[in-house]
Amino acid sequence: MGMTMTEKIMAGHAGLSAVTPGQLIECNVDAVLANDITFPPAAKEFVKIGKPVFNVDKVILVPDHFTPNKDIKSAEMAKIMREFVKEHNITNYFEVGRMGIEHVLLPEQGLVAPGEIIIGADSHTCTYGAVGAFATGVGSTDAGAAMATGKAWFKVPSSIKVELAGELPRWVTGKDVILTLIGKIGVDGARYQSLEFCGAGVASLTMADRLTIANMAIEAGAKNGIFPVDTVALNYLENRVKKAYQPIMADADATYERTVKIDLSQLQPVVAFPHLPENVHAVSDIEEITINQVVIGSCTNGRLEDLAQAAEIFKGHSVHPDVRVIVIPGSQQVYLDAMKQGYIETFIKAGAVVSTPTCGPCLGGYMGILAAGERAVSTTNRNFRGRMGHVDSEVYLVGPAVAAASAILGKISAPGEVVA
Amino acid sequence: MIISGKSWRYGDNIDTDVIIPARYLNTSEPAELAKHCMEDIDPAFSGAVQAGEIIVAGRNFGCGSSREHAPVAIKAAGISCVIADSFARIFYRNALNIGLPLIELGESVNRFKQGDDIIVDAAAGKVKNVTTGEVFQAPSLPPFIQKIAQAGGLINFVKGTQV
Ligand code: SF4
Repeated sequence: MGMTMTEKIMAGHAGLSAVTPGQLIECNVDAVLANDITFPPAAKEFVKIGKPVFNVDKVILVPDHFTPNKDIKSAEMAKIMREFVKEHNITNYFEVGRMGIEHVLLPEQGLVAPGEIIIGADSHTCTYGAVGAFATGVGSTDAGAAMATGKAWFKVPSSIKVELAGELPRWVTGKDVILTLIGKIGVDGARYQSLEFCGAGVASLTMADRLTIANMAIEAGAKNGIFPVDTVALNYLENRVKKAYQPIMADADATYERTVKIDLSQLQPVVAFPHLPENVHAVSDIEEITINQVVIGSCTNGRLEDLAQAAEIFKGHSVHPDVRVIVIPGSQQVYLDAMKQGYIETFIKAGAVVSTPTCGPCLGGYMGILAAGERAVSTTNRNFRGRMGHVDSEVYLVGPAVAAASAILGKISAPGEVVA
Repeated sequence: MIISGKSWRYGDNIDTDVIIPARYLNTSEPAELAKHCMEDIDPAFSGAVQAGEIIVAGRNFGCGSSREHAPVAIKAAGISCVIADSFARIFYRNALNIGLPLIELGESVNRFKQGDDIIVDAAAGKVKNVTTGEVFQAPSLPPFIQKIAQAGGLINFVKGTQV
């Protein structure tokens, strides 16, 4: 019987010739990731096992959530990570000044590759499915154990086939694709399952689109989201990934639990209303919703392509007087490239602030916390109650083009209302 | 393990941001986290919850972030067991790893109200609503998962299986 991409990758890493959904297996992992929030508890568990780090090149540590440190407690947490790195000679550590938001940084730096298994103590680890890896979020204990053993146990997920056709219209992006999908299947529509993207439409999606889509697989409850490795992906990986890797393809006779079809050419800019990512509406259908803040950044939409879209809309326009705009490049490289392209100047001239890479407001950490009753439009991935600040504040999730248009008009708006 | 206590009843999609808001994640100290557990959905919870009590919730409990601080906060608040229609997968793993018993009961959770007296046999997956007299049986766990649960979490399990 044929296997899906996920099943094949899992079988290979478990030393088995085949696996089937529901089976419990132990896999070797190619990388273990943790951040400044999840690492301290992971280190505590790691120490209890009493073994050295399984591979100093395969433990990847990124302080990104509360860094540059927002307060004394977060400084202590970052220090725990820094000292661990020294003590155990961890090679892939990214200090402030070289860091980025983990899920922007790892693909950019070529640390994740097709056919690999990557676990991370961060739910959006699923982002790396965009390069054809099996990548999934775990907790600190799982990460701590894997740092010692190089292994993790999994239940093999069943898969949902997401068949993409057509090409996206102008100003419609990966964010609209994934929000539309979550709107269709719900926030637990893929719970404990794998979302496997395929179809002729994949070829027209940029890597930035794919990374955004895979990033939010977890918002449908999925264990992972995964894309086939085509020429677009191979071009992206070339010169980034220095290690050898083996792309895995799904078998033609693989079994899927169900198929969801999306015609990309029919999509339009959408927005997810508070307080769940499944509350999706077409921007063209909504009543006037005025806003106080716009955040453009995060592991979902903090890449150069995202900033390029926003800059194109901001060019020659000003931020609405009642709105604060915070732009956060996802990594130092993105920041530098955006500067070279003139995007940063465009943002500042339009009246936005530009921050150093950080998760910051995405999780209500710092750098743009909302007061009671305030409303934000954000390119991040979660709009749960209190996610960006006060429990009575609201977050509306959108792609970068809608965010920029909304910033200019002071209300949730389609890009077409600002530019042609 | 036999657990008994009163129920705290919550709805669907209780996410990790309401279980423990990120603004308190600058520590991983269980007692500190417990003080803010469920704060954004039920400010009365952390002050009123008694040791041994049980959370009963709807679908997709624990969705959202991978923060292990969420089950840690619930356990440290005194909750002895969480019963839900279904659990988000990372939360499920985390609870198992830190030794917080979970029972996946499907739609039978609708037979529970706030304040019901409940008795749970966690190992057997048996739940009795003492207030109504009804008894429910959760599907049994795979032996591998049972072993992790019996070891009291992943670390003990990993240590125990090492030569
Ligand atoms: S940007 Fe937001 S969602 Fe992404 S890793 Fe940071 S906190 Fe998590």
